[in-house]
Amino acid sequence: MSVETARSVRVITGNEACAAGALAAGVRFFAGYPITPSSEIAEELALELPRIGGFFIQMEDEIAAMGAIIGASLAGTKVMTATSGPGFSLKQENIGFACMAEVPCVVVNVQRGGPSTGLPTMPAQGDVMQARWGTHGDHDIIALAPFSVSETFELTVRAFNLAERYRTPVILMLDEIVGHTTEKVRLPESVEIVNRAAPDAAPDRYLPYRHTVDGVPPMASFGSGGYRFHVTGLAHDETGFPTNDPVEIDRLVRRLNDKIARHRDDIVEVERTRCDDAEIAVFAYGSTARSARQAVVEARELGIPVGLIRPRTLWPFPGPEVRDLGRRVKAILVPEMNLGQMAHEVEWAVQGGCRTVPLGRVDGQPIRPGEILELIRKEIRD
Amino acid sequence: MPLPRTDYDQYLRLDKFPHIWCPGCGDGIVLKAMLRAIDRIGLTRDEVCMVSGIGCSSRTPGYVDFNTLHTTHGRAITFATGVKMVRPDLTVIVVTGDGDATAIGGNHFIHAARRNIDITVVLYNNWIYGMTGGQVSPSTPPGKRASTAPYGSMEPNFDIVALAAGAGASFVARETVAKPVLLDRVIERAIRKKGFSLVEVMTPCPTAYGRRNKAGDAVAMTNDLKERSVPAARLAKLSQEDKEQAIGTGVFVDIEKPEYTEQYAKLVESLRHARA
Repeated sequence: MSVETARSVRVITGNEACAAGALAAGVRFFAGYPITPSSEIAEELALELPRIGGFFIQMEDEIAAMGAIIGASLAGTKVMTATSGPGFSLKQENIGFACMAEVPCVVVNVQRGGPSTGLPTMPAQGDVMQARWGTHGDHDIIALAPFSVSETFELTVRAFNLAERYRTPVILMLDEIVGHTTEKVRLPESVEIVNRAAPDAAPDRYLPYRHTVDGVPPMASFGSGGYRFHVTGLAHDETGFPTNDPVEIDRLVRRLNDKIARHRDDIVEVERTRCDDAEIAVFAYGSTARSARQAVVEARELGIPVGLIRPRTLWPFPGPEVRDLGRRVKAILVPEMNLGQMAHEVEWAVQGGCRTVPLGRVDGQPIRPGEILELIRKEIRD
Repeated sequence: MPLPRTDYDQYLRLDKFPHIWCPGCGDGIVLKAMLRAIDRIGLTRDEVCMVSGIGCSSRTPGYVDFNTLHTTHGRAITFATGVKMVRPDLTVIVVTGDGDATAIGGNHFIHAARRNIDITVVLYNNWIYGMTGGQVSPSTPPGKRASTAPYGSMEPNFDIVALAAGAGASFVARETVAKPVLLDRVIERAIRKKGFSLVEVMTPCPTAYGRRNKAGDAVAMTNDLKERSVPAARLAKLSQEDKEQAIGTGVFVDIEKPEYTEQYAKLVESLRHARA
């Protein structure tokens, strides 16, 4: 379905673009808790949501904000919360509930330096593994990472669409640079939006956790159309009620993982730039990809055959794409504002096909194009 | 006067029985009292959303044919807040326990009361963590034993009624399962109240609490609840010593104050007018 947006050319920050994208996608409930550097998203939606009959609430803590959005989603609305590192840690248990109970929701994490209170006003990319494995138990997850203000708008809309399509939490991984950078953006005239599939069975035959062919059960809303159903974080069967049957438990946990994995081609987006003749590739995401893009331009001017692979989807990890590239280049360089979290994933993906060279920074400073260029030059010499 | 005959079966998911509660547990009495209250108000199954946390009490929603949500430990009120905000027409009831609501979920409990959102919390207080095997809770009386307080609890316990009242709840009551008719009357009033309402229900746990504290069997524990019950109005007249032994029952708070979802609706309406 295509919906009209407030088309305009605007000069806004990434956080404002995130709020605008959420509104375009149809968010009608936001619960949050103040935390730097994400608070502008809550502030923007506190202003806008009541104007359109939507709901905004500042909860008493991060855990409460996550709980509230799950409740509101079960009652039939599109929901979002936004936070940063420490708050993201606090939300993990309820994110797991949303995975287990298959509740669509968007969780924005504007990453700052960690661990702990770390660097509230400085950028980092140290939460990418937490996005994947932060909550306990075997589960799959979707995480997206925009690298510009306009892409933040675009991927926020996409985060909602994927959450609704696959009945899952989607983590939108901004970083402080993307969140606080001001850029001119041209918001699109309309955006494609996806709404969760409504039940195709009558209330007395509705199975809220049916093992459907595509792995995603249609979803009813509390208090609508006579669909009364039970939702629990306990292992459950197709009816939604707790079960201790090993066969049912195994089916459930495998389906929760499989429904994402089998649709990876629909979910995973990777941008490749000048990779065709490249001897060296740079793998970069989020704000670091901007420096990487510049470094590639400068290296090409020096005649160095280097390309950029930029995942817009961090999870599921674009393993096949990276593996394919790894067969054709000598090395993949992985600049990131952490100590090699994704470099490890790249190394695993290439399976020895090429060298993986991490370039990590954890001092609250962005990785500059010059640092990446220097590494490119070093690698081409070696 | 006998109670009118009603068919509570319509509210139950009979195929989910037998329930998991131990013999002598009072939780089933609370469940039945809630159903009598809901029936008297005349709510349909579709109009009720029952939300719970983790623990023995929190297994209640599995047995009732409403919109039911069994959430994470301590967080039921937060999920319920999301449901109630977007669907203020639904009757939202949170069932929780003393540990769930006043230990891990204490923050949400006081803030929902402060906000005065129209949610009814029915808090089953059995002085112990029953499901996990009898650990000490914030409501375990000082000196009483638990698996993690083998020498007796060293901590003062919460007065949950005072906690809810102090936090701003518009309706606060306490009753025991020893007086089931009074219990369903007070739950009915709590559900009808527009605003945050708490009913603390004293209910025996013979298995995890009674055994350890030589409180006798379920009958003895229930009789004890009955004997120690003192109506709220008479509580002030007791000596300090008697007051410590007493379980104050009845309605402690019943006040009118702005309800959160109504205030929110007014805001939306005023913004609409401002634009028009």
